[in-house]
Amino acid sequence: MDVAFLFDLLLAALIVWLGWRALTSESLFRAIVLFVAFGLAMGLAWVRLDAIDVALAEVAVSAGLTGALLLAAFGGVQRSGDDDDEP
Amino acid sequence: MTNPERDTLARLARFGSTLAVALVFAGLAFAMLSLPAEPTGLAAAVRAELPGTGAANPVTAVLLNFRGYDTLLEIAVLLLALLAIWTMRRGQLRPQRDPGDVLESLASIQAPVMLVVAGYLLWAGGSAPGGAFQAGGILAAAGVMLVLAGSGWPQRLSGWPLRVALVLGLSAFICVGVAVVLGGQEFLAYPASGAATIILVLEICATVSIAVILLDMFLSVLRGRASRTDTTASIDQP
Repeated sequence: MDVAFLFDLLLAALIVWLGWRALTSESLFRAIVLFVAFGLAMGLAWVRLDAIDVALAEVAVSAGLTGALLLAAFGGVQRSGDDDDEP
Repeated sequence: MTNPERDTLARLARFGSTLAVALVFAGLAFAMLSLPAEPTGLAAAVRAELPGTGAANPVTAVLLNFRGYDTLLEIAVLLLALLAIWTMRRGQLRPQRDPGDVLESLASIQAPVMLVVAGYLLWAGGSAPGGAFQAGGILAAAGVMLVLAGSGWPQRLSGWPLRVALVLGLSAFICVGVAVVLGGQEFLAYPASGAATIILVLEICATVSIAVILLDMFLSVLRGRASRTDTTASIDQP
């Protein structure tokens, strides 16, 4: 088994695991951070698939800006009482 | 509704959604497995037509020449999404809390670099990976970082200059499309001689619009939050 294949396998497993954790996470804040990490891993996967254009867009828009949007919205929905989601 | 009833309903809903997801997964897996072993895409056709498109990068040629209509609609969708966010926007932006020295100095170093990277991606889009969406995304990210670092600079774009920047990409696309139609061609079918210039102009306009739309989405979401009670936590505080 060569190294590139092993890397791809690990990357695919990482993406599925990050996606699962983001969906099942109890804490909204943690889910958002996991989503950003998911976007970065997806960007890496696009690079491995030789789709550099998609990788750039994925990392800039999905991981970067959507993460910022989600965090801003998270700040909006958070009530003063339940601060256990705070980092 | 009593508790056991709600439990049964929740279990039914969970079972239904699991079933739906499993069916979709099975369908997708079947579609993937029944794909022909040899790639049958349009790559060869795109490569053959590339010289007349005005772009050396096949992805850019597809996005802005062959399927320019798709890109037009993508920008329209972004604009619609922003309008939807605007309808929910309330209140004014509160002055951000003190961002701290680290974020402030990092932003002042990084923002100019991001501007240059965005410009490079925009220019490289003609011949290498890059293009309007990537450049616009990075520009918007630079704006978000400046906002979080307490710089009031991105918010200065407001009123009608903001609106012009928001619709610049879409209107440039529509103008070019209509002009080509008036010249006797199909919608968005550029003449081969001027295609490179047209694509560059469209890409610049689209980059500006995408960056401003994405940044304004972020600012609007922040604003919606600002109208709530002042006790809410601020996201820029680690």
